[in-house]
Amino acid sequence: MTEELEARREEMGLLEIVPGMGNLLLRLTASNAHQIQTRIDVLTARVLNFWSNPEAASSSALTTAEQLRHTITIPVTYGGEAGPDLQTVSAHTGLSAETIIERHSAGLYRVFCLGFLPGFAYLGGLDPALATPRRATPRLSIPAGSVAIGGSQTAVYPSATPGGWHIIGRTDTTLFDAARQRPALLLPGDTVRFVATGSTT
Amino acid sequence: MIEITRCGALTTIQDSGRHGLRHLGISQSGALDPIALQQANLLLGNAPGAAVLEISLGPLALRFEQDCAVAMSGSSFAASHSTPDAAVDTRLLPGHAAIIRSGATLTLSKPLVPGARCYLAFAGGIDVPVVMGSRSTDLNAGFGGLQGRALQAGDRLPTGPSSQHQVESGKGIRPLAPSHILRALPGPDYESFTTDSQILFWSQPWRISHQSNRMGLRLNGSALQLEAPLELPSAGVLPGDVQVPPDGLPIVLANDAQTIGGYPRIASVIHADLWQLAHVPPGTSVYFVPVALEEAIAARERQERYLQRLSELSAPPDCIGQ
Repeated sequence: MTEELEARREEMGLLEIVPGMGNLLLRLTASNAHQIQTRIDVLTARVLNFWSNPEAASSSALTTAEQLRHTITIPVTYGGEAGPDLQTVSAHTGLSAETIIERHSAGLYRVFCLGFLPGFAYLGGLDPALATPRRATPRLSIPAGSVAIGGSQTAVYPSATPGGWHIIGRTDTTLFDAARQRPALLLPGDTVRFVATGSTT
Repeated sequence: MIEITRCGALTTIQDSGRHGLRHLGISQSGALDPIALQQANLLLGNAPGAAVLEISLGPLALRFEQDCAVAMSGSSFAASHSTPDAAVDTRLLPGHAAIIRSGATLTLSKPLVPGARCYLAFAGGIDVPVVMGSRSTDLNAGFGGLQGRALQAGDRLPTGPSSQHQVESGKGIRPLAPSHILRALPGPDYESFTTDSQILFWSQPWRISHQSNRMGLRLNGSALQLEAPLELPSAGVLPGDVQVPPDGLPIVLANDAQTIGGYPRIASVIHADLWQLAHVPPGTSVYFVPVALEEAIAARERQERYLQRLSELSAPPDCIGQ
């Protein structure tokens, strides 16, 4: 859906197309009140049509091959210095560190949206057994590349930031680079796989 | 080159900001007061969105290594510059262009309104690299501007090629008078607040907290309450959105706010009033006034026409007001 809206950016005066978790923010402009109302009506109808009937409405239904092209594999070193909170997650879930690594890297995750930090992807698809409430006291800094679990979500930190999520591993993959042609590695709709490259549990 | 010889906290390089990238988690950044940005640039014959300095706390002193025309706008500072052949420094008037000579120092000593933002433009604009369509500093993500950070003494600012604009003394652009009344539309979660809280939101003065910054204005007052606890999925947010975290004290999102949020939104400040967020310092109060969408659109159209008129005038005329 965002591809189609993207293609109509100019025509519809769309300034921002921001997917959220099951919602969509559109920022648009127009030259007068009448045009704004018309655009709001057209876009609302289009989006609702997508939501009620995604397959028929989509002009760009992904084939399996395309889906594969949008699958990004992220190598992760789990546990030890790379994942200081793996034991905390283990204590909370009652699962061994090995099981947590196995289940976390077995999942196929969907990028719902980006936000919080440039290139930070909100991923859906964490095994519910791995869900762990956030730390009572946030860490002053979560290093860039940290793979973490917070509540029922998992994410990779593109840059260092304070935060309350549990760090279970680290990747060398650069999630965001302002100087890159395509600065954000992950985009809404992409599929993410984590592959364990080693662990020091 | 212009060298910064003295620099208070939080002077940053800003232009008209990054747009169309919120889906990547990239904030808007840019001058909090886009009108002052355009005024200062137009006085110098710059493109309206050229990069300038945004100054919120002084003092600031700059040493010029070449002749350069400058203009100050927004909430002005007491400012003066030395000239090689005069014993007494010359005042820099707000909303007027002036030429600073090579070797001279320009000093912005005292803000007329502490905590409000002042803009200082240079002929040719500040020529730092363009990152994702803008020269603005993104302080949170650490890119844009000069190394993605606030400026400090010792930094050197390159300026771009200046147009052959003639600086006319005695002519200027009158700064707009900021008000403490912010017009707003009810937000997507307005109905989730109690009736009492809805009334309170529009009626009480909200004091600007000292924890306010370019990400948002934190407000103090009687806390707002929801009818029932609300678990919202994360959704895109925009500058001007008024979020209410669990403590019930609203935050007005500003240019550096993150792109996605999960707190209930009681209102959104209309686009035409966003520039005023730059000029309400901590300790002062704001009121929110409800308006209809039609009025918000009309206010924006008036503002666009004003800016259009400013930019169409080849030479800055005598004091244009809104």
